[in-house]
Amino acid sequence: MPLFLNDEQAMLADTAKDFVAEHAPVSHLRKLRDDHDETGFSPALWKQFAEMGFTGILIPENDNGLGLGHVEAGIVLEEIGRNLSPSPFLTTAVAAVSALQGSAQRDRWFPAILSGDSVAALAIDEHAKHGGCIAMKAERSGNGFRLSGTKQFVAHGHVADLILVAARTAGSPQDKEGITLFAVSKDSTGMSVDPRRLADSSLASHMTFDNVEVDADAVIGEVDQGGTVLNRLLAAGRTGAAAEMLGVGSGAMDLTVNYLRERKQFGVHIGSFQALQHRAAHLYSELEVARAAILKAQQLLDGGSEGAEQAVSVAKAQIGLATTLAVQEGIQMHGGIGMTDEYDIGFYMKRGRVLAELFGDANYHANLLAEASGY
Amino acid sequence: MSDDLEAFRAETRDWLEANCPPEMRKPMRSDKDICWGGRNPQFSSPEQKLWLDRMAERGWTVPDWPKEYGGGGLDPARAKIVREEMARLKCRNPLYSFGISMLGPALLKYGNEAQKLEHLPKIARGEIRWCQGYSEPNAGSDLAGLATSAEDKGDHFLVNGQKVWTSYADKADWIFCLVRTDRSNKHNGISFVLFDMESEGVSTKPILLISGYSPFCETFFDNVKVPKENLVGELNRGWDVAKYLLGHEREMISGMGLRDSGKPLHESAIATVGRDAEGRLADPLLRAQIALFEVRAKAFAAMSERFIDALKAGKAHPAQPSMMKYYGTELNKTRYELLMASGGSDALEWESAESGNGALPRAWLRTKANSIEGGTSEIQLNIIAKRILELPNQ
Repeated sequence: MPLFLNDEQAMLADTAKDFVAEHAPVSHLRKLRDDHDETGFSPALWKQFAEMGFTGILIPENDNGLGLGHVEAGIVLEEIGRNLSPSPFLTTAVAAVSALQGSAQRDRWFPAILSGDSVAALAIDEHAKHGGCIAMKAERSGNGFRLSGTKQFVAHGHVADLILVAARTAGSPQDKEGITLFAVSKDSTGMSVDPRRLADSSLASHMTFDNVEVDADAVIGEVDQGGTVLNRLLAAGRTGAAAEMLGVGSGAMDLTVNYLRERKQFGVHIGSFQALQHRAAHLYSELEVARAAILKAQQLLDGGSEGAEQAVSVAKAQIGLATTLAVQEGIQMHGGIGMTDEYDIGFYMKRGRVLAELFGDANYHANLLAEASGY
Repeated sequence: MSDDLEAFRAETRDWLEANCPPEMRKPMRSDKDICWGGRNPQFSSPEQKLWLDRMAERGWTVPDWPKEYGGGGLDPARAKIVREEMARLKCRNPLYSFGISMLGPALLKYGNEAQKLEHLPKIARGEIRWCQGYSEPNAGSDLAGLATSAEDKGDHFLVNGQKVWTSYADKADWIFCLVRTDRSNKHNGISFVLFDMESEGVSTKPILLISGYSPFCETFFDNVKVPKENLVGELNRGWDVAKYLLGHEREMISGMGLRDSGKPLHESAIATVGRDAEGRLADPLLRAQIALFEVRAKAFAAMSERFIDALKAGKAHPAQPSMMKYYGTELNKTRYELLMASGGSDALEWESAESGNGALPRAWLRTKANSIEGGTSEIQLNIIAKRILELPNQ
């Protein structure tokens, strides 16, 4: 398969580009922020995403979805990133859907995701830095389990209908085995949600589970075998976050390059200065390389190929570095105006930072790759 | 369609298994294992010759060139499968050749039928080794400022002047050369000609480099007669050919970012600093540097695949080779810095049997030219800024 978009994918990209730019441009985020919006996204827009079919991209055709892949999901995510559109698309239509594929719970949740009525959140992280450690306990109780522990950085946790919770049914916190993934409904007793406003004005929650009772049928996949499902969820989430971040980085670069073409100092366009041209050209190169790495990861995931997980880590790490560069260069090359709230470039920096941390930063993934290579 | 491709993949794998000698699937030990072909070919082993002969016979030294010119006649999808299967079996490249990577594509696009039939099959079979006469003492980054002249003498041109940084001019059989045919017009006064390095009036002088090797020469032309039929493309339009060819040269040089030095970086480091109790490379900072480098190297491998796919499908931006060249060469320099840091004082040995007479430090120094030859990194960044980002001229 060639490593560029095929004709159908290019058409989807055109559609997504126009749709997101029209309905959720950066001004949309700015307005939500200025209105102190408590939801974190526009439910009406989420409905429109559903009407466009976007929420069903990764849902199999047998389950009434489009049965497409991570390449297509990434196309939509890139536009979400480019426009900084607040959206539960990544957690719901990409990560949660990937986890639920083939599970018993899909009949309950897929229709509501397809229609844009439900939002899912991911309760995975327990520490400020993403890592493999899962301490939250799930103890057998009657016909089901009791969950106890804390989670953090749960995007949309305060409004989600479905919360996917990674908990430990065996072993100790550092073990890779002994994890079970649960589909928990929002109104479960004993669950408290503490939403925190983040730098990018999105909302992510700290969640406390105090003997939260769930039925046995909340288990996604098999008890103690949640590692497989969690890996699927994380691979989808990381690839999706990488695609969204590519949009953020590309959006920041486009803003900046346009500014270089228009801004005049010393009577000439500042884009004619070689010092700035070289910085911009280097940035372009980093983003192009990241774009290739992301498409490679998406294709390998869609093909169920070996090596997909490593490609995902390469993609997340490379775009982490490239977008971090893009937003920093963006502000620097804008000069003073880049520091003002009135200009959008600062929003790109904030969103880029959040996505850099989500599902592991560049160092985390470089370390994973090193471990996989045996050093 | 996809079944056909899978059948082709299986066929290709079987053929390579049967025909690539095991010796040719081991990493190259040094530059001596590179096969350049030519009138006086140097083979480091009989297997190397056998491997070249078999691949040339099949047209697979240039899988995507037309069959009538010595190629395999494969479409992009099948040519990619051959590359992938060769990589899977770790087959060595049977033939390194500026004829394949640079002149060939230019002749396919700009050459006339007689030139294609004369030169391409010999390139494909590795019978003629080519060198490139581009840079001059006063025309480096400003290549179009070249002065080597070709005077019209009726049935031939009379070429006079000097080239520099001519790679392997002393070992090459023929040269593709940029010459000035009109002094009044800088870019539209250049022509692209081919001639035999055995022609009367051609002489070469190797340049000793910091690596202790002399891969480049000064090349002198003193009243060299070049037949008119060796003009490629139109008179005074050689710059078009030159630029097209430079794109391919940059593509080739960018491939250095992918080149495996035989074993992974971390193995070199483990050999000197060892592992800690958990089995990790014992120097945590070196480990981190290597791990972050590997991210970039693997991402660039995906970029190279994407670039070639786009190029073969005619979808690549014409200035994209500049990005590949820039990124690939900078990456390769970093790789060798890390190899030197990993090797410690062992990597400093210049003249010892253990070090293969300083193979690593000499290779490390050689990489410093990567971001200069074929257009410096700064020239590539200029091209990206102007042609891709469309930033204004000064």
